[in-house]
Amino acid sequence: MRLSRRRFVGTLTGASVATITGTQRLFAQNNESIRVGLLAAKTGPLASGGIDMDLALTMFLKERENVLAGRKVELIVADTAGVPATARTKAQELIEKNNVHCIIGPLAAFEALAIADYLAEKEMPTLGVSAAEDMTQRHPSPWYVRLTSTSAQCAYPLAEYAAKELKYKKVVTIADDFAYGHEMCAGFQRAFEDNGGKIIQKIFTPLATPDYGSYVAQVKSADAIFLGTAGSNGFRFLRQFIEYGLKDKMAVIGGMTALDESVLRNMGDEAMGILTTSWYSAELDNPLNKIFAPAFRKRFKYDPGYYAASTYLSGEVLEAALTTTRGQVADKKALMAAIHNCNAQTIRGQIKFDEFGNVIGNVYIRKVNKNDGRLVNSVVKSYPDVTQFWTYDKTAFLQNPVYSRDYPPAKNLEQ
Amino acid sequence: MKWIGALLLAGLLLLPPLFAGDFYINLASQILIAAIFALSLNLLVGFGGMTSLGHASYLGVAAYISALLTSRYGFGHAAAAIISISGTVAMAACFGVIALRATGLGFLMITLALSQVLWGLAYRMSNVTNGDNGITGLTRPAPFDLSLDNPVSFYWFALIVATTAFAMMTIFVSSAFGASLKGVRDQPRRMAALGFNPWLIRWITFVYAGFWGGVSGLLFVYYHKYIHPTSLSLTSSAEALLGVIAGGSGTLGGPVVGAALVLLLKNYASAYIERWNMLLGLVFLFIVLVMPTGIVPGFSKLSAALRKDTR
Amino acid sequence: MQFWIIQGLNSLSLGGLLFLLSSGFSLIFGLMRLANLTHGAFFMLGTYFAAVAMRSYDGLNIWVTALGAGIIVAALGGLFERLVLTRLKANPLGQVLVTLGMSFIISDACLMLWGGDSIPVPTPQNLQAPTRLFGFVFPTYRLVLVGCAVVAAVALYILLERTRLGAMIRAGVDDRQMARAVGIPVSNLFTIVFCLGAGIAGAGGVLGGPILSAYPGLDADMLPLALIVVILGGIGSLLGAFIGSFIIGFIYTFGTALFPELAYIILFLPMIFVIAFRPQGLFGRIIT
Repeated sequence: MRLSRRRFVGTLTGASVATITGTQRLFAQNNESIRVGLLAAKTGPLASGGIDMDLALTMFLKERENVLAGRKVELIVADTAGVPATARTKAQELIEKNNVHCIIGPLAAFEALAIADYLAEKEMPTLGVSAAEDMTQRHPSPWYVRLTSTSAQCAYPLAEYAAKELKYKKVVTIADDFAYGHEMCAGFQRAFEDNGGKIIQKIFTPLATPDYGSYVAQVKSADAIFLGTAGSNGFRFLRQFIEYGLKDKMAVIGGMTALDESVLRNMGDEAMGILTTSWYSAELDNPLNKIFAPAFRKRFKYDPGYYAASTYLSGEVLEAALTTTRGQVADKKALMAAIHNCNAQTIRGQIKFDEFGNVIGNVYIRKVNKNDGRLVNSVVKSYPDVTQFWTYDKTAFLQNPVYSRDYPPAKNLEQ
Repeated sequence: MKWIGALLLAGLLLLPPLFAGDFYINLASQILIAAIFALSLNLLVGFGGMTSLGHASYLGVAAYISALLTSRYGFGHAAAAIISISGTVAMAACFGVIALRATGLGFLMITLALSQVLWGLAYRMSNVTNGDNGITGLTRPAPFDLSLDNPVSFYWFALIVATTAFAMMTIFVSSAFGASLKGVRDQPRRMAALGFNPWLIRWITFVYAGFWGGVSGLLFVYYHKYIHPTSLSLTSSAEALLGVIAGGSGTLGGPVVGAALVLLLKNYASAYIERWNMLLGLVFLFIVLVMPTGIVPGFSKLSAALRKDTR
Repeated sequence: MQFWIIQGLNSLSLGGLLFLLSSGFSLIFGLMRLANLTHGAFFMLGTYFAAVAMRSYDGLNIWVTALGAGIIVAALGGLFERLVLTRLKANPLGQVLVTLGMSFIISDACLMLWGGDSIPVPTPQNLQAPTRLFGFVFPTYRLVLVGCAVVAAVALYILLERTRLGAMIRAGVDDRQMARAVGIPVSNLFTIVFCLGAGIAGAGGVLGGPILSAYPGLDADMLPLALIVVILGGIGSLLGAFIGSFIIGFIYTFGTALFPELAYIILFLPMIFVIAFRPQGLFGRIIT
């Protein structure tokens, strides 16, 4: 039987239209659960962090049987692949197709910046975990809070500790050559030099560096080297640093992602004794973390680090906010206000948010130790209630340009 | 048969704004932008026989110039667009002179190298390009005072530009110049013997492809309202090249289909399949094994074969 | 003074690594005129293999691992060549699509199997103690790597110049159709060469592991380097690949140390110059 042309075209067009509109209606009916979207890079170079973010948040919800404040919660995970254009499309998908009530993530600064205006336009409550400074400084949005830390927020306490307690006088900084690295090293430099130290060299390595040997050979002799790195690059640099025998000559200190638990799990004894700073450690001794960290380790066979903690934390804050609004999400302003005002107890301690949406919480100086045969970040000192402005005056801080490769200018560089 | 194809296509293009939700319309706009980019690359790859892995240069440069002029120097969109496109075309002219000193793998490598240089500069010159943070806070133009801010109006805008691009490239390819281009692709020495200037023909095509690459770059930056060095990366060029080849280089419909395929797998299928990268690779393997010249030529061969059977 | 010596040694070790990476690529392209864009993924497979195997079996010898990885990756390459690439002899664009597609599959498989973390490859025990030269310290393994590259170069040279197989390969590189006409089984030769190229990449991945570590994206970082070396050195020339690797090693190491602003483009500018003025590369015998 020959299919009539008209029937064929008609059926095809009708079917496609029906599918598209039908899907819309299906989602419109499902207004009983709260829908939360997670933007995480599950493929691409940032995959390690993205995968942990997904695992921790899923675990958080599973522990509560997918019910927060008496309402069912549905989690939709979107893979941004670490590309800003994809991040934007995925944010659109979550908001327009999945009709989420709140978004958690994304991780990378450029992902967050690519969608910032869109999220503000759609008035979507966002629990951000990216470290980009300006998201809560010169370009804040009433719909965005950041629960982890700005790039420099954790570096300030370590800089003071290094200058005052470790008595380091000269430090070399090394980081990846992008905004996160620039901002973190700038913050460290500022606080370190304010406390009497000198930054004698700032190295920024290009993002796609196959071999760190040539950079290791450039490091000048100093009391310590500060690693403002993230993910695999920092770890690879550190390995080369140790192989060239430099660890015997200089101490190693690092920022919040340099020796994260996700990096430590693949290292050996060479990491022992390295001091880093972060807003979290799997060894934190508060009641909530004493339950979370062992449970995570039991399920996934490794310690939770920055990335896993960031989304678990987001879950805790969301739960606290939902408890305040009694499970209501329809009033977005109320939800956002509840998020802003929650003084939640979390796995990182008690946190609250400043007027720009940035977290005020504890920062911990950690030392790499062995516990139970595995490498852990033991807490050596806690700095309570650290804000993104440290000890600096807020207005003056905001009038300065954002931290970058050349700001604040490094005046003590040795030639 | 042609009428059904035309009707289907018209339906596919004109119906979404009437029925589909915002998300799908936005996806459709992105497909149109990727299609223009792929079509411009196809002028080089399919019709010119020059495989380029650096086409993202034109998209990125046009996008960056427009972004900088409108956000930092207060230019209006029309002026910024003209300057971006002129700048991109000038750059294509220079790049063409350098790249056309080689053919085959050498050409591929020079185009790759040139785009990597631009990529590196975009990261490094952060006081100009804002480096890794990209340029945010951009706006869409408002031609004739019509705002493009909502998805439906942007879609119509993109559709008009895409249709114009497609029409102009069709004219280019079917013209006498297009015929000489195809001749140079297939038999450069014979063409030279006949008195044509293969270098000039290739160079003009290179510049024209750069022009349309720049146009797609403008649409890209208008749509996303953000530009970042990843748009200049090797991955960006490679994805476009893969789309062109998978869809069928050397045809006009092929790049559109290929670009849509890659975009949909990346942005849509990734919501349902975690291993979408692997799926993309497998799809490419499948296409090449089953339809070695691409989807569009493959399908037209299939339909021709079917028609022969049913007669 | 110390700076120059250390950076010089760094250049040599990077050059050695690059040769192990790109010799296979050069071989494949020289004979088959196929730009094997899966090459970075083959290399990465070797590195992951080393990372996983050497961490599971303490004290596993790196040379044995390299041999093992070489054989496994060669087998994979052979399968790929026989099942997919042979059908694409006259379809260069199809080859691009298929080799890139295969690299997506391999890299996503590595992500799926071994996660997103960077996994280090332990340096062999007996090579962990650094060498003391002129009052400073340099990792011994890096010097050994240069030695490996030289050994590989010599082995390939002997294979190509002194064996019958090598003679057939050289004949195929110079004139494929004549080689067929005199009865050389070019199609089988293609498979053998592809296996050899892939195997060298796999083994190279193991040997480069202690310096690079296995991480997602290693393939995308390594492939452009292989392309640059082969283009600069010249296609179809083993000597070109060897010299090209060390030239790139020097340019990269000293370039990034002396001109950090040019770090991103330091490799591409020389390559552009070479192709623009000498399209066949420094030692190449084929103009593509």
